[in-house]
Amino acid sequence: MKTAQNVGIVGYGSYIPCYRIPARVIAQVWGNPGGVPIKEKAVAGPDEDTMTIGLEASRNALIRANIDPQKIGAVWVGSESHPYAVKPTSTIIAEAIGATPATTAADWQFACKAGSETVQAAIGFVGSGMVPYALGVGADTAQGRPGDALEYTAASGGAAYIIGSAEESLATVEASFSYVTDTPDFWRRPTTHYPSHGQRFTGEPAYFTHVLAAAEILMSELDYKAHDFAHVVLHQPNAKFPERAATTLGFEKSQWETGLLSPMVGNTYAGASLLGLTAILDIAKPGERVLCVSFGSGAGSDAFALQMTERISERQTVAPTTQAYINRRVEIDYATYTRYRQKLQMH
Amino acid sequence: MSTQIARHWRLNSQRYQLVGEVCPNCSGKIFPPRDVCPHCADKERQPDYQFSGKGEVYSHSTVYKVPEGYEEAAPYTVALVKLDEGPLVTAQLTDVANEAVNIGMPVEMVTRKLKTQGDEGLIVYGYKFRPQMVAS
Ligand SMILES: [Zn+2]
Repeated sequence: MKTAQNVGIVGYGSYIPCYRIPARVIAQVWGNPGGVPIKEKAVAGPDEDTMTIGLEASRNALIRANIDPQKIGAVWVGSESHPYAVKPTSTIIAEAIGATPATTAADWQFACKAGSETVQAAIGFVGSGMVPYALGVGADTAQGRPGDALEYTAASGGAAYIIGSAEESLATVEASFSYVTDTPDFWRRPTTHYPSHGQRFTGEPAYFTHVLAAAEILMSELDYKAHDFAHVVLHQPNAKFPERAATTLGFEKSQWETGLLSPMVGNTYAGASLLGLTAILDIAKPGERVLCVSFGSGAGSDAFALQMTERISERQTVAPTTQAYINRRVEIDYATYTRYRQKLQMH
Repeated sequence: MSTQIARHWRLNSQRYQLVGEVCPNCSGKIFPPRDVCPHCADKERQPDYQFSGKGEVYSHSTVYKVPEGYEEAAPYTVALVKLDEGPLVTAQLTDVANEAVNIGMPVEMVTRKLKTQGDEGLIVYGYKFRPQMVAS
């Protein structure tokens, strides 16, 4: 998919809470002698939620964009952990960054693809000429049922992107693509606290089918091969899935290691691929191409082909880098983790 | 209840963005906004002023017995923060162990949950301060 007018990323920002719980600590609690899927995950503090995470990422994006927030014509927030069931996260963020009242705002949901979907829509909204800038946010405070496999990885964090004209961009959008099907791999009903997953649906028919199809179709539309990209970032529910998918697509470790953050921060759900992309943008050089592919259960993938402009270098360090948030690390024990995440319900 | 909702709404720009005022007479920066300039007693209407959010801990104390609605964060440290632009602001500190707080510690404003009005009420967001992060 391409827009009528060329667009790109004019500002980006990330946020990762400072608390970390190592996966081995969770394994000890449940007496799991086997291997763990990641080293540690980021845990939101007791005063943090998807709004506060999305807001700090948005403020960083606004610093890098250096634009008047009144010109932001859309504030869209994708998450599966919006603080309210009814009352948008997006209006709070819009007000706090000074984008209200002449703007659209909405909360989006599509499991882990909710964030990239806002970016896909923002590309269209700006590319059609309706608004000069649109803000897309992916953030989550993901929770796994105590003792469930997801408890090792379900993490907190987020990223924000301001889409604007290609002329002002740090990275232009060359093209994008979305690929969705009805696949019952993971779900949560409104009145339950923790998600359920269909064990045999999570890998092959869900993650790999959608990520690989979205990436392959976008690459073939642009007539690019893996070696045309300096970096690739895929949705990262663990370390294994994105490594295997990237290898299948013909990428090498040197292309995916910068954007693969799940070993250090866990799976930030709607934040995951977008957060990995911020770590790449923090170090990317003018002219380099990046492929970003999300995945959301239910299921679908959004794929984006980006190319860095000359402007990227001067904006990388004007706001905290993603590595700075990864380095800001306070280890907590399981008791503190339980208290912070109010993990008392077992259903 | 409805007057409370209205009050939260009016306080939004103060709470979310640390918007204060600048005195047209003495150029003193004012937070929170008030009718009379605390620096020169001028009574003219003061224009809005966006604070940088940076400052340092001027004094602090840890609160163990907390008011209703603040239980999630207890015990927490409340500080008098001297903003770079001058005014002193009272606020909770966050992302820092209570025993690690010291006078002169550089801090910066973040927006966090201040309190939750039970399971069915509103979530109140506002400013707190955390140890300053360097930009990169
Ligand atoms: Zn004055």
